[in-house]
Amino acid sequence: MKRSRFTVQQIFTFSNYAFFILMAFLCLLPFINLVSLSFSSSSAVTAGEVKLWPIGFNLKSYEFILKSGKFVTAFLVSIKRVVVGTIVNMFLTILVAYPLSREKKDLRTRTLYAWFFILTTLFNAGLIPWYMTIKFTGLLDNFFALIIPSALPVFNVIVLLNFFRGLPKELEESAFLDGASQWTTLWKIFIPLSKPALATLTLFCSVYHWNSWFDGLVLMNNPEHYPLQSYLQSVIINPETFFSSSAGKGGDYQNLIAFVSARTAKSAQIFIAAFPMLLVYPFLQKYFTKGLVLGSVKG
Amino acid sequence: MTKARSLRERPLHFMLLPAVIIVLVFSYGPMLGIYIAFQDFSPAWGLFGSPWIGFGNFTFVFGVPGFFQVIWNTIFIAFLKIIGMIIVPVFFALLLNEIKHDRFKRLMQTLIYLPNFLSWVVLAGLLIDILSPSTGIINQILGTFGIKPIFFLGDRFWFPLTMVLSDIWKGFGFGTVIYLAALTSIDPTIYEAAEIDGAGRLSQTWHVTLPGILPIIVLMSVLSLGNILNAGFDQIFNLYSPQVYDTGDIIDTFVYRLGLQQAQFGPATAVGLFKSLISFCFVSLSYFLAARLVNYRIY
Repeated sequence: MKRSRFTVQQIFTFSNYAFFILMAFLCLLPFINLVSLSFSSSSAVTAGEVKLWPIGFNLKSYEFILKSGKFVTAFLVSIKRVVVGTIVNMFLTILVAYPLSREKKDLRTRTLYAWFFILTTLFNAGLIPWYMTIKFTGLLDNFFALIIPSALPVFNVIVLLNFFRGLPKELEESAFLDGASQWTTLWKIFIPLSKPALATLTLFCSVYHWNSWFDGLVLMNNPEHYPLQSYLQSVIINPETFFSSSAGKGGDYQNLIAFVSARTAKSAQIFIAAFPMLLVYPFLQKYFTKGLVLGSVKG
Repeated sequence: MTKARSLRERPLHFMLLPAVIIVLVFSYGPMLGIYIAFQDFSPAWGLFGSPWIGFGNFTFVFGVPGFFQVIWNTIFIAFLKIIGMIIVPVFFALLLNEIKHDRFKRLMQTLIYLPNFLSWVVLAGLLIDILSPSTGIINQILGTFGIKPIFFLGDRFWFPLTMVLSDIWKGFGFGTVIYLAALTSIDPTIYEAAEIDGAGRLSQTWHVTLPGILPIIVLMSVLSLGNILNAGFDQIFNLYSPQVYDTGDIIDTFVYRLGLQQAQFGPATAVGLFKSLISFCFVSLSYFLAARLVNYRIY
């Protein structure tokens, strides 16, 4: 009796592991396929030979992208966006979370402010009014259109303010008795104590900025101003135009075109766009997880 | 005393000021723009010069052939996604929890959570490639089993299902991580007690584990109610094409084409407002239920 249950348990454990290994493979399969395509020769790709391993290994697709210029321009816009956008996001998040984490006796209009911000997460005026507002402020086709309208991530504010509230009250009380101002209390006590939470939110903001594409596509008129993901969007929707528009740039370039197909070039670009995430993610996953749990599951 | 208090309060208002201005302009500004929904709006006449036509835009849009199909598509796709996003993560979390090998468990967690951090542009590029009926690796694999190529993204039957499945693939890691965190917080002495009472593995799962994470399941389900009209613009916009508008066009993509491509600002704003109002009710309801059922407060 006891013995047979033990065997059932073993079978379950074994199939459980097998199931997860299969799932992991299925999750990775598209990425492996993509990377293989990007490193393969265009003839092997056209012949449909490439599956999980590059055939006719070469770096021509990557060379092609780097020389086409547009990709590099878009990449740099994205880097700039991540840096500037994240700094602005974090600055405002801290400046809003701190006052809202005060007791009502310290900030009498606290509830009013809180609802002012929270209402924007409940009701959204829609695409056209959003576009019209940004047009009205004259930010169209300006880099800051990608930064300012989304400068305050309200959900991050809620996460941080809950974190601030969880910190021991005695510290700030003694700081207050020592005559510390609000700014000093925030700077010397709250920020150093919230490093893990701040790190998590910084990561969330950078991921958001790196991955955003719609605002770039709609708000930038000149494709030179597109961040990487918006640029990539236009390449994926219409890969052939990308080719024709970048053709005719001298002999070296023409040479390359013979080796690259739209498909290998596309795969290489997708891979580079995903690469920073693939690179940092495994190292930072514990922060993401922590932040997620911080924001979602609380008493 | 009151003077000292207001002196201490002043920096807090000052901290909030920049965020208040930005939110006022870019979140409340668009709310004024809702006025466009009731106008025969033309950019040349502007918000103040365009004629007021009452509910004219609404009657126009509701009369557009296929509009109710768009609403149906939205609800159908969003509903299937919500259901899938409840069942799949719970299933995975329960199975992953049975794995005692810690590093394997963490590795799996990392892998299934990964697609969450890639944008829909990157994933769409990937999916377009691997799902292609002629060259995609998925159809090549299906072909070895003798299955004819399926045009997942171009077939009106397969398109919505592909959207639901690929969205679950991208997103289920998020829920899994949350449920796993909830699982680890279950008191181990309950399991010990159950084992002494003679409960097997399966009945432990049924009587201890599931009830243990039920509050979180309820919370996540209730909060997802607010997404009943969010069928996933980022995903569908990057994957659909005119031949699947019939079953794949959703409110958000409809508004985009109507407003930003055909410059029908009035009707597009009207549809956006219609969606926002319904969403507002559902989001408010979900927060209300979350507060009543599991005592959840967003701040």
